[in-house]
Amino acid sequence: MAQQLKYGLAVVSAALAFWVVYLVATTLPLEVQGVGAYQNFYFHVGSFITAFSGFFLGLAASILYLKTGNFKYDSFAAGVNEIALLFATTGLVMGSIWARYAWGVWWAWDARLTSMLLCWLVYAGYLMLRTSVEEPSTRARLSAVLSIFGCMIVLFVYKSIDWYRTQHPSAVFGFRGGGGFGPGIMYPVLLAWGSTLCLGILLAMVRMEQAEMSREIDALRRQVHSY
Amino acid sequence: MSAALEVSGVWKYYGDFPALRDIVLQVNAGSTLALLGRNGAGKTTLLRILAGLSKPSRGSVTIEGADVRREATRRKIGVLGHGISLYEELSAAENLSLFAKLYGVANPEKRVEEMLGRTGLERVRDGLAREFSRGMRQRLAVARVFLHDPEILILDEPFTALDDRAIAVLQSLLNEMHARGRTVIMSTHQLREALELATHVAMIQRGQIVYAGERRQEMLDDTGWLYRTYGEA
Amino acid sequence: MWTIAAKDLRSEFRTREAINASLAFSITILVLFSFAFDPENPDIKIDELAGGLLWMVYSFAAALALNRTFARELQNDCLDALLAAPIPQSALFLGKTLANFALLLAIEILSLAAFGIFYHVNVLEHLASLLLVIVLGTWPMAAMGTFFSAITVNLRLRELMLPVMIYPALVPALLAAISLTGGLLHGDPLRVDDGALKILVSFDIIFTSVAVILIDFVLVG
Repeated sequence: MAQQLKYGLAVVSAALAFWVVYLVATTLPLEVQGVGAYQNFYFHVGSFITAFSGFFLGLAASILYLKTGNFKYDSFAAGVNEIALLFATTGLVMGSIWARYAWGVWWAWDARLTSMLLCWLVYAGYLMLRTSVEEPSTRARLSAVLSIFGCMIVLFVYKSIDWYRTQHPSAVFGFRGGGGFGPGIMYPVLLAWGSTLCLGILLAMVRMEQAEMSREIDALRRQVHSY
Repeated sequence: MSAALEVSGVWKYYGDFPALRDIVLQVNAGSTLALLGRNGAGKTTLLRILAGLSKPSRGSVTIEGADVRREATRRKIGVLGHGISLYEELSAAENLSLFAKLYGVANPEKRVEEMLGRTGLERVRDGLAREFSRGMRQRLAVARVFLHDPEILILDEPFTALDDRAIAVLQSLLNEMHARGRTVIMSTHQLREALELATHVAMIQRGQIVYAGERRQEMLDDTGWLYRTYGEA
Repeated sequence: MWTIAAKDLRSEFRTREAINASLAFSITILVLFSFAFDPENPDIKIDELAGGLLWMVYSFAAALALNRTFARELQNDCLDALLAAPIPQSALFLGKTLANFALLLAIEILSLAAFGIFYHVNVLEHLASLLLVIVLGTWPMAAMGTFFSAITVNLRLRELMLPVMIYPALVPALLAAISLTGGLLHGDPLRVDDGALKILVSFDIIFTSVAVILIDFVLVG
């Protein structure tokens, strides 16, 4: 059942991705900013939305873990946060490529970029913490605390962002409505988001199963040592 | 007699591994319980849960009917773990008065001097802990545990690390505790010392209690008896 | 809470290991910065860089000092004795935070004087406001530092993990403090409606509360 779901997600993700590429290649006008750069914008946005969905799910799972002590939530948080970090990375990289053409630089110290990088660092710290604690219960507890704390930091940064100047086009879905783009791009953005989301769910599922399995292995190892 | 400490259905998991499995234990007020078991059987894990230093995954520990993590309950417990829990940069008297304050001991100065006297440390009361010999540090650690006159004393392997003089001090304090109807729970390898003091014995094996009851004469006569009877070969 | 803070400070003043090392370290960084740009060059406007420089020094020195905070409890298993004592974990946390706060403030005020002398910056013009900003910026360093020390205390890579986790968490506060300090050293008075001041104050309040709530899960599990 889970296996079929994974295959299904892979197929849907690939199909949607091809669809976006097809749309970009055939119907959408090429913007003046540059060839080959504008196109990845769709996946850039999609990646970030997937990443943030992941971080929030991770937050929810971490709170549930601390409340219930059920390790399922810990594995879920681990899988989801890790994959969200992966998508944040691809989002940053694609954004950087886009920025090279749109702004002429690979990186700009703009508030939104800086805070995204900060978010990336917070969750990179989360993964480092996970790898450096061996005992599963302690690992689950400490990383749940860090996940909650990290998410609060990221939220705080986003709240305080209005105070800093930003040159980034405002969010496509939005706080400030509309963004700097025409309505025509919404369609491929949604498709790209669907594609990355399916891929994200698939990868998170795999990672979650691995987390469950590694906990089982750890328990067996302890069992053996107790004789 | 009423139960001073009651453990009901306690499980402790490390990940998926159950380090403690359905521990049920009642320790009556005034008894001295020796907790026996091999290394890794779960003695320290259980004692840490009893002392409120760790939370059980399931089940509960109550002391005189109240949860062990409540502050009023913690005031009644004294814990001596593997480490000596002393600050190297504080003097003997400062170490003790720190804990006297944390435990809200009435008339702390007098109590601190009294415990320094009991453990033979009054001459070095202003010496820093890091300058002390091993035995002196151990006696200071013992003084710290008895400082607030706990109703329940939890000792993890008390006799393993101590030198002769510290053991003598500890034994006299324990006997005095016992005479005053206080409860003592200790885990130990040193069967003879522990069994001489104990009124009750509990044996834990791979996270489960395999024997809990009064100390019997057979145990004193032959220290291997318990392991042969209730343990595995 | 005060008992814990007093205990930590007394231990620290006996050895002065954290304060001496951090102070020497911050002076060293100040000297190194003078190689990064020429302080005698009139084209370089030091007072525009000053806020950033100062807080860089502070945050480096803080990481050095904070690594000690729970490590001291680890020696001899002191942390267990404190956790067994009938005090709430939040009092333990706040007590240690207070001690770190006092320690960091002492280091910072001394290096502020060194900074003023080395870089010809007039730190006295708005001294009261400047001290207020330093206090507001140092509190989160102490609180977050103590919180993350509690998380990392039992890890193998404790000394490495602390800076990795603490700097990203402190960035909002540091940014605000840098901007406020820069303004003050430039000669502008502190305004109550300054956005950075609001951010700094709300960061202090929000994250101290979050840390107090979460510390129970960190310390006892």
